[in-house]
Amino acid sequence: MKLTTTLMTSTALTVAAGVASAQEMANDMTLVSWGGAYQASQQNAYSEPYMEMHPEVSIVWDESSNEAVAKLRAMNEAGNITWDLVDVVASDAMRLCDEGLAMEIDHDEALEPAPDGTDASDDFGDLIVSDCFIPQIVYSTTFGYRTDMVPEGAEAPNDICDVWDTETYPGKRSLEKRPINNMEWALLCDGVAKDEVYDVLATDEGQQRALDKLDEIKDDVIWWSAGADTPQLLADGEVFMGSTYNGRLFSAIEEQDQPIAMMWDAQVFDLDGWIVPTGLPEDRLARVMDFLRFATDTQRLADQAKYISYGPARESSAPLVGEHAELGIEMAPHMPTDPDNAANTFLYNYEFWADYRDDIDAKFQAWLAQ
Amino acid sequence: MSNVTDAAAGTSTPASGEDSAEAAKAGSGPVLAADGRPLKQTLRRTLRREKMRALALIAPLLLFVVITFIVPILSMLFRSVENQIVQNTMPGTVQAIQSWDEQGTEPPGEEVFVRLYFDLFKASEAKRHTQVGNRLNYEQPGLSSMFRGTGRDLDDMGEEFQDVFEEIDPAFEEAAFWYELLSGEGGEALLEERRELLAAMNKEEMDGDVGFVPSAQMADILPWTTMAYTDFAIWTAIEDQDVVSGEEPWEAVYAGLGQDLRNPGTVAAIEDYSGPWSTTLRAAAENRDQLPQQGFREMFVASDEDWDSVDAWRTIALYSPPITAGYFLNSVDMTKTVDGIESRPETQQIYLTLFQRTLIMSLIITGSCILLGYPVAWLLANLPLRTANVLMILVLLPFWTSLLVRTSAWKVLLQQQGVINEILVWLGFVDDANRLVLMNNATGTIIAMTHILLPFMILPLYSVMKTIPPSYLRAAKSLGATNWTAFWRVYFPQSVPGIGAGSILVFILAIGYYITPEIVGGTSGVFISNRIAYHISSSLNWGLAAALGSILLIVVLALYWLYDRIVGIDNVKLGG
Repeated sequence: MKLTTTLMTSTALTVAAGVASAQEMANDMTLVSWGGAYQASQQNAYSEPYMEMHPEVSIVWDESSNEAVAKLRAMNEAGNITWDLVDVVASDAMRLCDEGLAMEIDHDEALEPAPDGTDASDDFGDLIVSDCFIPQIVYSTTFGYRTDMVPEGAEAPNDICDVWDTETYPGKRSLEKRPINNMEWALLCDGVAKDEVYDVLATDEGQQRALDKLDEIKDDVIWWSAGADTPQLLADGEVFMGSTYNGRLFSAIEEQDQPIAMMWDAQVFDLDGWIVPTGLPEDRLARVMDFLRFATDTQRLADQAKYISYGPARESSAPLVGEHAELGIEMAPHMPTDPDNAANTFLYNYEFWADYRDDIDAKFQAWLAQ
Repeated sequence: MSNVTDAAAGTSTPASGEDSAEAAKAGSGPVLAADGRPLKQTLRRTLRREKMRALALIAPLLLFVVITFIVPILSMLFRSVENQIVQNTMPGTVQAIQSWDEQGTEPPGEEVFVRLYFDLFKASEAKRHTQVGNRLNYEQPGLSSMFRGTGRDLDDMGEEFQDVFEEIDPAFEEAAFWYELLSGEGGEALLEERRELLAAMNKEEMDGDVGFVPSAQMADILPWTTMAYTDFAIWTAIEDQDVVSGEEPWEAVYAGLGQDLRNPGTVAAIEDYSGPWSTTLRAAAENRDQLPQQGFREMFVASDEDWDSVDAWRTIALYSPPITAGYFLNSVDMTKTVDGIESRPETQQIYLTLFQRTLIMSLIITGSCILLGYPVAWLLANLPLRTANVLMILVLLPFWTSLLVRTSAWKVLLQQQGVINEILVWLGFVDDANRLVLMNNATGTIIAMTHILLPFMILPLYSVMKTIPPSYLRAAKSLGATNWTAFWRVYFPQSVPGIGAGSILVFILAIGYYITPEIVGGTSGVFISNRIAYHISSSLNWGLAAALGSILLIVVLALYWLYDRIVGIDNVKLGG
């Protein structure tokens, strides 16, 4: 559309002008991320090299990503945007875009092309799920289990339906206290074909069916709400198996040497990336776009994978993934996208959850409270 | 404040006291002050001045409280009924839908969809259409993607007209053509009306010079075109800061012309029209059969078939008024339908259960705080000062520790492989296979919150008990009371104000807690505040969160009133 193109061009022009003369760029930047090992990997791979190149820049990190949507909305209503760049999951990016709280980005204009000249939008491909979203990593929600709690004579769990098999694998399970992912897994194990899951889940009967399936193990479930819960529960031996983000399990297994193993079956891919809040003054916007161009280039995304086992979002970054910066182990086999791990994966449907989130969540919470 | 005025009165009386004595001796007329005015008046004036001074002294605090506390609370409460977004974003549609039969089985007709197209087009330029979609999606799943998806197709719908017009006459591509055709005089009222609508949608003033006034003549001949172009002009000039005559118009303007040409009256009017560009217009009118023949309704249904669903339109119609009771109904597990107010399906009822649970568990926590806190406070008040101070530090130490740390510590203690279970198993009280489930349920919440809130009970109790002279107990005993009678008849009644103060503190704090229940409460130990937090930070349904919060506030105020009636609020002491 004409108007959008004009807006885009003017944004791009601002960026170009900003690159040309560094004086017009603000020197302070507030980046928002998730804290912990993930934020550390971003600091190592993006912000420290950037600050070496631009010693005048100072970067402040805010660990508020899990409430970014609400806080950005409040900032917008107060008319005072204090954040410059925000790391959010893709579904939040879509909502921020819908609410007009995140800026639309022309990915080809704003981001570096791949080393072979491929446009950024092709390099990221389908992972650009929203016009406002600049993908950064692919992570997955998957299961880990205690290797020492596998009953004698039984095979190690390797099927998502082993979560429901409390006879072979006694012990508690930890699942996230929200319907997303759990409902899909329940339907998969109730015999629904993978490509029909969301069609079934869109109906009242399908939702009830998923809840009924979850009901079978309700007494054996500890519900988590923070990503660090499951690794802790596994380490304490409170649960036999539990779902969480694959990077958390990696750090429990490799960095903390816990007797835990990954069960990659039916892992659900999800994306995490940056958004730029709308309404930034020009000098701050120029600085952010300059940083963004640097932080999302092929090498930087590959560098991040040295510190955490999340797959880089650019296709061109994959061959550059090397060894862990401290442990010295190959990172490729720990990536959720590694062919061995990705034998059976499930793709999160953003549109579906944007529509059904409120409705299914109400039912899920009512079911939990029963 | 009363102290200040008392003091003032106190200082001013002695001088005037003598005067009045003299006046009384004189024995006639009102009592006069030294300056000859009636004493009563002087006194009143002094008092008023002192009051004003006192008010001035507290004014900064009062202002601070009003601005930072009362105003935000009121504005949050207002959100629980506010629903202007639908009307502000789709004013034409909301108006047109009034004549639609909600009870019927047919979706609205073409006239509503025409309105919808122009409303949504301008909303999508302002990126507001997705917000309406999200708002309506709270009531019916699917509407969010319906609005978002159709928002992407609006340009294409207009382009279908645009392509044909540009084929008919290349002049239609020119920005100047449109400006010259539609600008003129007499259309100020239309301009202001559209400006107001845009300002309401965009939630900000759209003041400023547009550089375009619609021609009243064209507004008569081509109403849809002129309206769409006026919207475009205001948006271009004010929001984009561009010159209207130099910008190619929105696709909606072409769609507007297409819609106008469907009206035979318009075609006739164009025949009679002889102003600028009349030949171009006439050419368009003559070739109107080349224009897309499908109506806007068909185009919308082609974009998303749910536009044909009666349910979706019922939701839009039900939630179009600017004030809604929907959020409050939702908070008590009810819902609004075309047939009136109904209970939600059982599988979706949750809030009443949570309100009830929150109140009951807060009462249990308050009760266990009294049971545990009373003996401790008694010890503190009756031990020698030195020992009492050490004990006091033990009470205060957890008070100074971060809430999260304390709750996490309880997690370590209470979990099934945790310290308490390990000890019990080791002592043989509990079988290894049947360890106690102490957390991730209501028990966990009660234990952890009782511990966390205990200081709020102990401290007021202690300060009240400190003022009860120990000689009363000794006196009672010397008069023959047993230990129990002395305590129950003499000591306990005097400590009741402390219990009252502590209970109010603990209960009100407990009712609003959500971090601790979230961590140790599992599913059966979470409070209503957890859902409020979820709707504020996660689902972004602030209206529902505000309604839940309002209900909680009302319940607390009602309980406070009840407490005042039964115990009496004067009977509460926070200290000495």
